Amino acid sequence: MEKFLSGDEAFAEGIRLACPDVISAYPITPQTIVVEKLSEMVEDGSLDAEFIHVESEHSALSCAMGASAAGVRAFTATSSQGLLYMAECLYYASGGRFPIVMMNANRSTALPWNIYGDQRDSLSQLDSGWIQAYAENAQESLDLALMSYYIAEHKTVSTPFMVNLDGFILTHTYEQVDVPTPEQAGKFLPPYETENKLDPENPKNMAFSAGPDTNYIFKYKEHAAMFRAIPVIEEAERRFAEIFGRQYSGLIDAYLTEDADYILITLGSIAGLCREIAGQLRENGVKAGVLRIRYMRPFPAEALAKAVSSAKALAVLEKDISFGNEGTVFTNVNSALHGAGMTAPAYNFIGGLGGRNISHQDIIRIFETIQSGTAKRVNFIGIGEEENS
Amino acid sequence: MIIKPTVREKKIFSFQDVPEDTSFEAGYLVSVNSGWRSIRPVVNAGTCIGCMQCYLYCPDGVISIQNGKAVIDYDFCKGCGICSKICKPGAIGMERER
Repeated sequence: MEKFLSGDEAFAEGIRLACPDVISAYPITPQTIVVEKLSEMVEDGSLDAEFIHVESEHSALSCAMGASAAGVRAFTATSSQGLLYMAECLYYASGGRFPIVMMNANRSTALPWNIYGDQRDSLSQLDSGWIQAYAENAQESLDLALMSYYIAEHKTVSTPFMVNLDGFILTHTYEQVDVPTPEQAGKFLPPYETENKLDPENPKNMAFSAGPDTNYIFKYKEHAAMFRAIPVIEEAERRFAEIFGRQYSGLIDAYLTEDADYILITLGSIAGLCREIAGQLRENGVKAGVLRIRYMRPFPAEALAKAVSSAKALAVLEKDISFGNEGTVFTNVNSALHGAGMTAPAYNFIGGLGGRNISHQDIIRIFETIQSGTAKRVNFIGIGEEENS
Repeated sequence: MIIKPTVREKKIFSFQDVPEDTSFEAGYLVSVNSGWRSIRPVVNAGTCIGCMQCYLYCPDGVISIQNGKAVIDYDFCKGCGICSKICKPGAIGMERER
């Protein structure tokens, strides 16, 4: 059924279709609507879940972990400071291999205090052992809500999953969204079954410590499981397309990259505008392309390098900065390009921090400067030439 | 009946032995654990009335009642002294470890 929904509302609809048993969440702008909608769904009986009001984000994820350890499907959602506050628990959940799904509304982090969107919150947690996907629009948000459980709970993966939505730009803007039926969703997503649970019939020692002799092996296995998510993501998307008629493209979403000379790599909701500009440039004879990273973890190193192999120059546009270095997405992309033996110059464009707009003109300029070779290695959009050195 | 976990023999875990998730067979202790105890509770069996208060309060579950008297498992007692504090008849004294 077609509905007019915001990104947050679409995600909540997706979670209702995934039928989690426990939802534990603490509201934070711009994620709040997800929590509000889900609590309304539990209240009106359209979602049969235990909704637990917790006193903090640290508790929200701890509670979800407890639910997962009891063998049921758990959901939580957060943003920005909330994600940072639950950071300790992120590692517990991934190390314990609890396939919790969490929505994160990408938002700037304090100080200065700011509620608007950038991606510094989730990108600071790339090493926490969670699968990280970045949605572009409300439909993809809903679809990822469903697919995330399929992937996270898959026996070979068993890893928690963070779905990221750009704060306000995606969480609060409205689009027409196709909301599947519960029957379709039930056909797609099998019930959650696990051996990794508290079971009085089969008592287990859970969430224990492990010394230097075995700790490293646990970490290796966690790492290997993340890579096993790659074929499972493909499998999930294939099954999803069969049931819902929408086909996604795995870890990356490549647009006109096959023969492109100049490729802009980015993630999240800005990709739509980038594709529009690339289309316009094509009309003017510039072979432009856009590559949207859908998954930051597992990182699409091979797929990405292959997709941009024709490029003469590359731009990485991100709403992130690792202070004292460069954008973290850029670091990851460069490593992939280097690994594939690519030598085309790559430039980093930092923009949109604290919700600052990235304009049509800014993106045109990115393409212009990588084409002319006048871009610096790291460029700060909207900060003047003198300061930006 | 009091069921206590047993100490398992030291086991070398191979790559395959290590589970994917942090869950493993329950009911075993991997080593004795009392090395940091500086004082130890000592039960005066003549004074002990077997009221089980120490058994209930012991945070590490190392006290059992045998033949109506409190018995302390020194392999796991950390020497916190809670049993001594809670003992109404004053049957548990704390002695310095040597």
